[in-house]
Amino acid sequence: MKSTQLQEGIVAGRLTSAEIDDNFQDVHPPLDNHEALVAADRCYYCYDAPCVTACPTAIDIPAFIRQIATGNTTGSAKTILDQNILGGMCARVCPTETLCEQACVREEAEGKPVQIGLLQRFATDGVMRENKQFYQRAPATGKKIAVVGAGPAGLACAHRAALHGNDVTIFEAAGKPGGLNEFGIAAYKTVDDFAQKEVDYIAAIGGISFKYDTKIGRDVSLKDLSSQYDAVFLGMGLGGVNALGLDEKELNGVVDAVEFISRLRQTEDKGHLPVGRRVVVIGGGMTAIDAAIQSKLLGAEEVTICYRRGQEHMNASSYEQELAAAKGVTVKHWVQPKRLLASDDVLTGIELEYTELTDGKLTGTGQTVSIVADQVLRAIGQSLEDGGLNGSGQAIKLENGRIAVDQHGATSMAGVWAGGDCVNAGDDLTVTAVAQGRDAAEAIHKTLAG
Amino acid sequence: MADLSNDFVGIKSPNPFWLASAPPTDKAYNVERAFKAGWGGVVWKTLGEEGPPIVNVNGPRYGAIWGADRRLLGLNNIELITDRDLYINLREIKQVKKDWPDRAMIVSLMVPCEEEAWKRILPLVEETGADGIELNFGCPHGMSERGMGSAVGQVPEYIEMVTRWCKAYTRMPVIVKLTPNITDIRYPARAAHAGGADAVSLINTVSSIVSVNLDTFAPEPEIDGKGSHGGYCGPAVKPIALNMVAEIARDPETAGMPISGIGGVTTWKDAAEFLALGAGNVQVCTAAMTYGFKIVEEMISGLENWMDAKGHRSLNDVIGRATPNVTDWQYLNLNYVAKASINQDACIKCGRCHIACEDTSHQAITSVVDGRRHFEVIEEECVGCNLCVNVCPVENCITMEPLAAGTTDKRTGQKVEKKYANWTEHPNNPSVEAAE
Repeated sequence: MKSTQLQEGIVAGRLTSAEIDDNFQDVHPPLDNHEALVAADRCYYCYDAPCVTACPTAIDIPAFIRQIATGNTTGSAKTILDQNILGGMCARVCPTETLCEQACVREEAEGKPVQIGLLQRFATDGVMRENKQFYQRAPATGKKIAVVGAGPAGLACAHRAALHGNDVTIFEAAGKPGGLNEFGIAAYKTVDDFAQKEVDYIAAIGGISFKYDTKIGRDVSLKDLSSQYDAVFLGMGLGGVNALGLDEKELNGVVDAVEFISRLRQTEDKGHLPVGRRVVVIGGGMTAIDAAIQSKLLGAEEVTICYRRGQEHMNASSYEQELAAAKGVTVKHWVQPKRLLASDDVLTGIELEYTELTDGKLTGTGQTVSIVADQVLRAIGQSLEDGGLNGSGQAIKLENGRIAVDQHGATSMAGVWAGGDCVNAGDDLTVTAVAQGRDAAEAIHKTLAG
Repeated sequence: MADLSNDFVGIKSPNPFWLASAPPTDKAYNVERAFKAGWGGVVWKTLGEEGPPIVNVNGPRYGAIWGADRRLLGLNNIELITDRDLYINLREIKQVKKDWPDRAMIVSLMVPCEEEAWKRILPLVEETGADGIELNFGCPHGMSERGMGSAVGQVPEYIEMVTRWCKAYTRMPVIVKLTPNITDIRYPARAAHAGGADAVSLINTVSSIVSVNLDTFAPEPEIDGKGSHGGYCGPAVKPIALNMVAEIARDPETAGMPISGIGGVTTWKDAAEFLALGAGNVQVCTAAMTYGFKIVEEMISGLENWMDAKGHRSLNDVIGRATPNVTDWQYLNLNYVAKASINQDACIKCGRCHIACEDTSHQAITSVVDGRRHFEVIEEECVGCNLCVNVCPVENCITMEPLAAGTTDKRTGQKVEKKYANWTEHPNNPSVEAAE
C-alpha cells in the first residue's frame, strides 16, 4: 500500500495512475460478435413487446435484436437511431434494469432478461465507429431554431429539427457540447471520449451550429432568442445545486458532487485529482452513487453515502446500489446532515441525525452520529436556474421549480418548447430527455410548417 | 431395471444404439472408442469394390443449419464411401469384431450393380466374422452419379435384384438401407422384401443444398466456387424418417419386416419414438458427430429410466406399440374436440400465441383484457389447431384440453358427441352421397 493512500486530507495520487486507469475501465465491457449472437438468440420477439413500452424513446427492441441475430447489424443500428439518435449513450447509461430489461418477459420467466442495453451498444458502436450516416436532411424550410443546451435533450431536438430541413443553432453554456453526457455521467460508463464522438456523429447530419460559452440569462436572453428565431427549445438542464442548508460554504472540503464528477470527466490524468481519505456523500440518487464509487476508485479509503430515507426510497436503482456495495462503498440510511465538524476551518467530519417516518413525514429523532470525513460531497439534487429565463421579457410558467410543458413540450410562451431535466415532466433520465427533445422537434416542425 | 439388450434379425447387441455407416465408423480407432463409450453396435462405413481407393474432395465436406444459440439442427455432407483400402478395412473389421464379440458389427457395402461385383466382395466380408451386411442404396451424392447409392435405391427392381444376389451369395443377414429421395417409401421397401431382405434400414440422407454463400454465390459447402447437392441429416430430418418408418411398419405387404430406424436420433426420446413406430433398433450419426460418442450414455440411461417408469421390461414391450395408432387422415375422429388453454401462472406474456393466432390463424387469443396485457383463449373462435402451443416458449404453458362428451363446443354451438365418427361417413363427403 502506498504511503499516500492513507494520508489525511484531500490529496491526489492515492493510487498510481495505472491503478486508477484500471479502476476506470468500462464498467460493462462491450459484447463481442459471438456474445452478441448468443444474447440476441434469447429474445422471443414478443408481440407488442413490454420492453418497447418500457423504453421512453420506444425503440423497436425485438426488431433490432432480430436484426443482430440475422447478421444485419447496420439495420439494427438504424432501428435504434430512428427512435433515439443518442442510442449509443443510452445503451451505456440507461438504468435498463428498471426500464426495458425489467419489462423483458425473460425477466419474468427466468429472472434473466435479454441483455438489451449491451445489445443496443453492440449495434450502435459498429455504425458509429464507421461513421455510417442514415439520414438525409429534407429540403431547407428556411426556418431557424434556437436550441438552448447541448445536452441529450438539445442534441436530440437539434438532430430531428435539422433532419426536417430546419437550421439549428445550439447555445451552450459550457466550452464543449454533451451536457451531462460529457460532464455528469460516471467516467466508467462512457470511456474513450464517447460523448464527444456521439455529438460529432449527430452533428454530421448538417444544419446544426454550436455557440459555446454562451449561457442563457448571461450571454443571451430568451427574449432575444424568441425574436431572432422562429422557435426556441430550452434544454439547458439544471444548473443549480441544492445546498445542505448547513454552513458549508465556508469549508473547502465541501463540494458539489456534480462539480466533482465534472472535474473527473474533464481531467486528462485522474492521478492528479485530489480526493479525501474519508469521503461522505450526501444523497440517494444516481449522482450520489456515481460520486461515491468514483471517490473509491480514486483511492479514498472509506466512502459513505448518507441518505435520509430507506433503501427502498433511493432514486438510484438497486443495480446501482449493488455496484456501489461491490466497489466498497458503505450506504447509511435514515440519517440527515446536522452539522459539519471542523478544526481550524478544516473539515474533520459530519454530524448526522437519525430520521424516521412519522405519519408519512420525515422527522429527526434527536439522536446523532458523527462520521470522520475530510471531504463531503453534496448530491441532494439540482435545481433550475430560472433567473436566466425570466426577467428578460414575458415570464415562462414554472411548476415545482421547473418549466411547465404540455405533452408536446410546449411551454407557456408561444414559440418556446422545452425538454430534459429542466422541465417538470420527466424522470431525470438521459433517455427521457432524448424522447422529449425529439418529440419537441416534431411539434416545432409541425407548428412552423403550419 | 429394464433390459435394453437387442436382437435384430438374430444380431445381438447390448443395447439398441448402433452407429450408422458414416465417418464415425470408418476405422478401427473410432469404432473402438465408440464401443468403449458403450455403443451397442456399428455399421462400418461403406466399403466399395477392390481397386484404387475412392477419392474425396479436399475442401469442406459438410454444411449445416443452426437453431438458437447455434445449436446444430441439420448437417449436410458430400463425403463419399470409405476412401481407405478395402483390405485394411477388412482386417480392422475382423480384429475389432474379435476384440468386441458382444457388439454388433455390420458392414455397409456399395459396389456396382453387377452380380459379379457383389459375388466377389461378399465372401471377403463374411471372412471377417461380421454379423451382417447393409446394402447402401441410399447415398444421394457422388456415388449416385456412378449408378450406385440412391441411383439403385430409387429403382425398386434394382433393389430387389441386388438383394436377391446378396441373399444367394452370403449366409449373413442382409439389411437394405433405403433412400428417402423417392415419392413413396413403401415401394423400395416392398422390393427389398421381395428380394428376401432380412430387414430394411432408413432413412439415408436427404438430397439437399444446405446454404448459399451470398458473397460468392456458391452453394455450401463450397469447393473452389462450386457446390454440389449433399445428403441432409440430423434432428431436422427426424420427422421425415419417423413417417417413413411408420409407413413401412403399417404397410400390409411389409408388416413385420424388421426396420433399423435412422434419421436425427439425438436423445433417448427420439430413439423411443422410432422403436414405438416399429423400428427394431436405431442408428445414430449426426448426434455423435456433434457431441462425441459419450452421448450414448444419456441415450441408454434415459431409455432405461423411461422404460422402468412405464413398466416396459424389454425393448419388445415398446417396439411397434405406436404403429397401430398411425392411421389415414380419413379415419381420424372428427367428433374429438379440443381447445387451447393458457395457464396464466406459467404465462410470461410474450404474446407470441396472440400474434400467431391473430395474424395467421383464427383470432382466438386476446392480447388486452380490461386494459391489461392478458392472453386468453376465446373458445368461440378456437379450432384447437395447436399453433399457439407450438410457438409458446414456455413448455406446458398452453395445453390442448379435450371437451368432454355432452359439453357444447362454443365455436360451433354443437354438443360434443361421444361416438367416433370419421370422414368416410361425414355428410359433407361426396363419396358418402355417391354410395347412397
